[in-house]
Amino acid sequence: MSAQWVVYQEDELAIEGEWTLAHFPQLKAAIAHLPAQAGQAREISLENLQAIDTAGAALLVELLGVERVGEIHAWAPSLPAERQALLARIAQAMSSSLAPKPVSEPWWHAMLALLGQQVDALWHQQLQLMGFTGLVVATFARILWHPRRWRLTAIVAHIQQSGFNAVPIVALLTFMVGAVVAFLGATVLRNFGATIYTIDLVAFSFLREFGVLLAAILLAGRTASAFTAQLGSMKANEEIDALRTQGLDPIELLVLPRVMAMLITLPLLTFVGMLSGLAGGAMVASLSLDIALSQFIGTLERDIAVTHFLLGLSKAPVFAFVIALIGCLEGFKVKGSAQSVGEHTTSSVVQSIFMVILLDALAALFFMEMGW
Amino acid sequence: MSDRQTKHKTADQEPVISVRGLVNRFGDNVVHDNLDLDVLPGEILGIVGGSGSGKSVLLRSIVGLKRPDEGCVEVFGQALDSLDSQQRSQMERRFGVLFQRGALFSSLNLQENIALPLIEHARLSRSDAEYLARVKLSLVGLPASAALQSPESLSGGMVKRAALARALALDPDVLFLDEPTAGLDPISAAAFDELLVTLRDALRFSVFLVTHDLDTLYSSCDRVAVISQKRVLAAGTLDEVAATQDDWVQAYFHGPRGRAAQQAASTHHLQE
Repeated sequence: MSAQWVVYQEDELAIEGEWTLAHFPQLKAAIAHLPAQAGQAREISLENLQAIDTAGAALLVELLGVERVGEIHAWAPSLPAERQALLARIAQAMSSSLAPKPVSEPWWHAMLALLGQQVDALWHQQLQLMGFTGLVVATFARILWHPRRWRLTAIVAHIQQSGFNAVPIVALLTFMVGAVVAFLGATVLRNFGATIYTIDLVAFSFLREFGVLLAAILLAGRTASAFTAQLGSMKANEEIDALRTQGLDPIELLVLPRVMAMLITLPLLTFVGMLSGLAGGAMVASLSLDIALSQFIGTLERDIAVTHFLLGLSKAPVFAFVIALIGCLEGFKVKGSAQSVGEHTTSSVVQSIFMVILLDALAALFFMEMGW
Repeated sequence: MSDRQTKHKTADQEPVISVRGLVNRFGDNVVHDNLDLDVLPGEILGIVGGSGSGKSVLLRSIVGLKRPDEGCVEVFGQALDSLDSQQRSQMERRFGVLFQRGALFSSLNLQENIALPLIEHARLSRSDAEYLARVKLSLVGLPASAALQSPESLSGGMVKRAALARALALDPDVLFLDEPTAGLDPISAAAFDELLVTLRDALRFSVFLVTHDLDTLYSSCDRVAVISQKRVLAAGTLDEVAATQDDWVQAYFHGPRGRAAQQAASTHHLQE
């Protein structure tokens, strides 16, 4: 038994020393060493109590019981008034049960519930996306005949932000991937003495797939996140509600300009990507495969049908639409806090990249079956 | 109300905070010019002033979030800028701050919010810290079920109470409140005022209360300081300050809202 904090002898309990937060662990240990009936001691002396704060008071209330401490003015009138007030107040605070309801469920319950929640959330997300698509298309159809409501300024601003400003990064990235594809092709094809087909490899891959795919993935990371963050912070700041109460349509004002800008931007960026991917391939071809630039261009003209270019380009508006929609929808889903903005931004990037790759795979299957 | 005021009016008490010659500027905009202020032990000091008069800046200078451009802030007899970082941290543990919008950590639930300083500073085990956190939550009048809720699911009044519980986590000697009743409905605001006085009477801390709420001033403040024209224009009991000959002070305390709050406070006092 620690003599420093609490002494129990012959049904008399003496509380001593500093009952403060700094000594909380020692106090707890001292109380744990007391016999069980100590709390019901006949006499309690607080004469030597040097200091007490809320932490010490909580322990004291736990030791002596709420009722007894609640009537402290009756049995310890010599205690300074503010300490009486503190103890009475803490006893009052602890009179109702403190512990929140414990969750007692078998672990597999929680796991199944989580799985169900995830599937349900996924299903709702797809429903929401489809509903949102319908809403945007309907709004678009409504304003199509009113050119005054096209918000050209906003569209141009978004084209600059999400398109023009992204040209350097798209060009650089596709240039480097073009060079890598050319190297890869040269390494494999050299064994068959077919190095010259490196040109076809680079051209096929960039016109049909990589040009549009790389541009779309970059925009998914760069622009979908920006849309979500912009709309999300507006939502958190109740700006979107303010628009609605003024009878203005946030879809028309905020979503359509972004969707339109993306529909214009992504095909253009795809074209930039294709060109600079081919340039990367041509550079590797002329520097390390001894294929002159004129031969590269000649082979392109002769072997590669324009269909491939058109097929690749045809996917750009679809990707653009999906990326812009997911970015805006996630922005609208933001609730209140800054943390929510962050979560939805992450979610919008992951979803839009996933959708782009999924759609690209489906398109590749379709084009192959059609023999295009 | 009046007996509490006389009790705290004793001038021989050493102030817990004394601000001398404080100057704060943002660029060319001088917010405080040679400002002096004392906070006495155990008092609730209300700070009033027009919007943009630098009440919150004063609070930030005292708790050390903003370095004053000139002048000094002494806390418990020590100048804040003369302390090294460890002493400063020790000193800051004696402060509890309630920010205007609560500033609860949004990634933690309420109980973890309050347990955090207990775990970090008082080195308690997690279970002990969370136990004390629940005592604090109950102390400010929140139900036990609130302990596991996240801050974003709370109403404005509950956020203020939870933020108060966090400010009280380490049993501070000085509590700084930045507009605690702003945005609360009158019933929650009155309950908050009452809670503040009860806790102050039980825990004996000083309160530095920045407020616009006249009812709070009348119902809970022992002294009032008016910040205007870049300094403390008047400091003293409500009656003393309200008698100051200054247009802003007169308009503030004797305008329609001031009179209403005064009336409400005096009828309440009579009923008691």
